[in-house]
Amino acid sequence: MLEFVTFSLLNSLVYGMLLFLLSSGLTLIFSMMGVLNFAHASFYMIGAYVAYQVSTWVGFWPALLIAPGIVGIIGALVERYGLRKVHQYGQLAELLFTFGLAFIIEELVIMIWGRVGVDYKIPSSLEFTLFDLFDTSFPAYKAFMLVISVSIFLVLYYVLVRTRVGLIIQAALSHPEMVGALGHDVPKMFMLVFGGGSALAGVAGVIGGNALITEPAMAAQLGTIVFVVIVVGGMGSLTGALVASLLISFLQTFAIGFDYSLYDLVNAMDTWPFLSEAAGPWNDLLHVKVAQTGPVLPYLLLVLVLVVRPKGLMGVRET
Amino acid sequence: MKIKKWIICWSTIIFMAAGTIQPAAAETIKIGLIEPFSGPVGNAGNAFAQHIQDQVNRINAAGGVLGGQLLEVVRFDNKVSPKESLIQLSNAIDQGVHYIGQGVGSHVAGALIDAIKKHNQRNPGQEVVFFNYAAITPAFTEEKCDFWHFRFDAHVDMRMAAITDAIMVRKDIKKVYLIGQNYSFGKAVRDAARKMLKEKRPDIEIAGDELHPIAKIKDFSPYVSKIKQSGADIVITGNWGSDLSLLVRAAKDAGLGTEFFTFYASSLGAPTAIGEAGYDKVKAVSEWHNNLGVEENKPEEIQFQQEYEKKYGTKAPFLYGRMRTLVQMFAKALNQAGENNPKKVAFALEGMEHETPYGKVMMQAADHQLLQPLYVYTFTKVGTKGVKFGIEGTQIGFTTDKKIEATSTRTPSSCQMKRPQA
Repeated sequence: MLEFVTFSLLNSLVYGMLLFLLSSGLTLIFSMMGVLNFAHASFYMIGAYVAYQVSTWVGFWPALLIAPGIVGIIGALVERYGLRKVHQYGQLAELLFTFGLAFIIEELVIMIWGRVGVDYKIPSSLEFTLFDLFDTSFPAYKAFMLVISVSIFLVLYYVLVRTRVGLIIQAALSHPEMVGALGHDVPKMFMLVFGGGSALAGVAGVIGGNALITEPAMAAQLGTIVFVVIVVGGMGSLTGALVASLLISFLQTFAIGFDYSLYDLVNAMDTWPFLSEAAGPWNDLLHVKVAQTGPVLPYLLLVLVLVVRPKGLMGVRET
Repeated sequence: MKIKKWIICWSTIIFMAAGTIQPAAAETIKIGLIEPFSGPVGNAGNAFAQHIQDQVNRINAAGGVLGGQLLEVVRFDNKVSPKESLIQLSNAIDQGVHYIGQGVGSHVAGALIDAIKKHNQRNPGQEVVFFNYAAITPAFTEEKCDFWHFRFDAHVDMRMAAITDAIMVRKDIKKVYLIGQNYSFGKAVRDAARKMLKEKRPDIEIAGDELHPIAKIKDFSPYVSKIKQSGADIVITGNWGSDLSLLVRAAKDAGLGTEFFTFYASSLGAPTAIGEAGYDKVKAVSEWHNNLGVEENKPEEIQFQQEYEKKYGTKAPFLYGRMRTLVQMFAKALNQAGENNPKKVAFALEGMEHETPYGKVMMQAADHQLLQPLYVYTFTKVGTKGVKFGIEGTQIGFTTDKKIEATSTRTPSSCQMKRPQA
């Protein structure tokens, strides 16, 4: 049991921080520009593919720097020449724009790299076991992912809270007109945030693409869970995104360890004997194990948060 | 002015497009493939179509069938939806297609079997024959069997029988963990595994039995922790796609040493996605793998394989031996029937025997299930244990653990075939 708990903690920390990298950019973009960017996970995919391509030429380490840069530039260009043009037609147009963009990016990736995934490998210098505990091993690459994502959170937090740029961004989050009236270039700010947010997703792609799988479906698979994170965490809140990412990751991971169902609970309490005798669809429902519901729990949490606390755990605005 | 330009521009384009459409030669015999050719599983549909097209090209180059008639492959995109498939079926029938091929998704195959059955009852003389090359729900050749449906792939029970045959002789295996996707196929695999293990190795303990949501999980490490805790020696899984590759990779990360007996680890894209984590651990079962030519000493097979990869690229290699068998048997049936008559072709296919490079195969008349040799094989690094060829441009090749001869793959069938008047 101790082994399970320890490794579940470690693994969910790694996965949770990856989720955070993805959702931090999305939550900033949403709260600042009011754009629910459906193409955000696509930037994650571009990050993985570009990193794969660059790493075949110059190796993984340069790719770790170059790929997020390229993704950030693509993101900034999308904002400058796409979103900004669409902005005047209102939020629905922006939403549809990003929605379409996600499909276009997926098709482009298929055209360039093919429908089958690519062989994006973990660098051999990181392919060793960091430590063994209760004869389960913990790979060095997971620790590396953890280090990267935690340091990015720290840097991001510092920039947003301690620097002048961060102050303006924060101000633009809540009062864009006022910031503009004070003479700051708000459109440029938007471009910066969109590009930066995309680059963050790109980093997630670089370090997640080889740990998971780099394939055209990777964007769609992570797309929904990222929205859950930002809603649960609270729109625009970086710490909210962090807490929600970790919470969701812990929830999913630990649920899998519980092989009990409602039926077992009822049986153990022995209070409602009629329930354990219940027939039909209810009986099936009773026999669903907690482990089986694990991947659905985040969505349950989403509904719960929307009902009980619509602004999210750490948010300041109603969603 | 602008409008005029547009009109001229567009009409030129339309004329040019019309010019490129060539009227199909009147006497081609069409095989309509109803598959996903776009979208997330588009690669599967395209790979199957490419296998069939390649064989059709070869037959056409050698003079076609029925003394000079050519075969033609027509693609219909069904987006893996049963509803869309039925629309495409009537589309195909309108275009004069009498032979339908499909494989991706048993739910699609089920809908097609019913629709084709109805069509054939209502339109005598205009029958349609269905070649199923990948939908492996056993029911299609058992209680739901139909005269117009022919299956060229080994179904779930046959594949599981092969896997359990391989397990039967492995006395070191004491505990088995079952993990699968939570839908009809995953459950069918689990049930078959439980039943057959009980018959063949009653001493084996089922250490765990897990169903997880399909294509939703990114982090399999908690499942791996559970497998580890159970003390299982091997894992049996019907998982495919990312659910398979992520599971295997998570196992490697945690240092889990168990072997994985799978259905689909060798299907298109899976070896690349699983990668080196699969060496000596991951096993698959099917009728073909890319090192058979070396193992059974068939130089012409190695040449065929290499030509194929040269033609279509290493990322779209030859993977499915049964597709070749299918097209060859279809051509043979046409020639035996003596004319392009779907009913006669169907009767010719019933009970047909055919020589493949790896042994004789036969289409059982009783249930229209093809019996073919099956192999259980293991991921092996190129250059070790006599493995010469990697798949999909990787260093992953395969070595055979066990070959099951065609006649031994037969499983009892409850099919009550109703035949039309010949």
